[in-house]
Amino acid sequence: MITISNIILPLITLIVIIYALYKKVNIYEEFLEGVKEGLKISLDIFPSIFAIIISVTVLVKSDLLNDLISLININLFPKEILPIAILRPISSSSSMMILNDILLTHGADSLIGKISSIIAGSTDTTIYIIAMYYSSIKIKKIKQSLLIGLLADLSCVIISIIIVKIL
Amino acid sequence: MINYIFASFFILGIIYSLITNNINISNEMLSASSKAIELIFSMIPIMCLWLGIVNIAKKSGLLDKLAKLLTPILKILFPEIPKGDKAFSYISINIIMNMLGVGNAATPFGLKAMKSLQELNKNKDTASRSMITFIVLNTAAVTIIPTTIISLRMLNKSINPMSIVPYIIITSTLSCMIGLILDRLYYLVIRR
Repeated sequence: MITISNIILPLITLIVIIYALYKKVNIYEEFLEGVKEGLKISLDIFPSIFAIIISVTVLVKSDLLNDLISLININLFPKEILPIAILRPISSSSSMMILNDILLTHGADSLIGKISSIIAGSTDTTIYIIAMYYSSIKIKKIKQSLLIGLLADLSCVIISIIIVKIL
Repeated sequence: MINYIFASFFILGIIYSLITNNINISNEMLSASSKAIELIFSMIPIMCLWLGIVNIAKKSGLLDKLAKLLTPILKILFPEIPKGDKAFSYISINIIMNMLGVGNAATPFGLKAMKSLQELNKNKDTASRSMITFIVLNTAAVTIIPTTIISLRMLNKSINPMSIVPYIIITSTLSCMIGLILDRLYYLVIRR
């Protein structure tokens, strides 16, 4: 399946170009147009990515979250998955680092390793996406977006725990 | 809202670092800045490449064909987007790329989709109903091939790195549905 995802993008490119040739589109010119736009969008979203990464880093590196997590005492589910469950919506890079640690210490095929993999794979970095997508079009009032995004993430954590235990 | 998130992350992080005597934080802030620059630089090629390719697909009409395929589902999810709007094409590719586990190739189309949703938006500084639905579709995206997770599991010598794939498909589909249902419920309740 990894090979599948490796050939997906080249395959899409191939189909697009062949179809466009068949439709007699000026492929080169249109490609350049798109590249120009890509550059513009990247520059537009740069400030918001910069801002969100720094604020997330300050929070994560202060160890506040980790220290809070170590205070929590619950027996409903393995406590080891808490760091990844909490950090996944906030920071993609640090949650992947945590997943790597978990897989290393508990083993990739252990219960904790499985639940953590499922949590990390089933949801995306909610706060980052909201910040990037909304600021790219200068939206200031995001209404219930964050609440629903985080509730969906929470449901993802709960479902992962249940699904590994019953299947 | 983003305003408060940004501020509270800084305030909580800095105050806690000062209390716990974590001197490293100033270095971390600096290295985070360069990490952010690195991330942007790694994003520019992907943006340019994919928006270039998709611009060809747009001109050849392939994009509209694809959008037509997904329109029945998208019409239900986005009742406020007029029929045949270009937002449908971008939303379709964004969803497909997310499913295939190529999240970074999905981002350029997501940004394009937001742009076309903004053109339809009446209140330019407030998120529209369609935007919120689209954000939910992205933050709780349905994943079929979780590339990064599989490779991390391989690195850590899993006997069967692929074993979690069906779980991820089920979990991500369910949580995406829950997100969409909450989104719809919220809208219906607020409107009344």
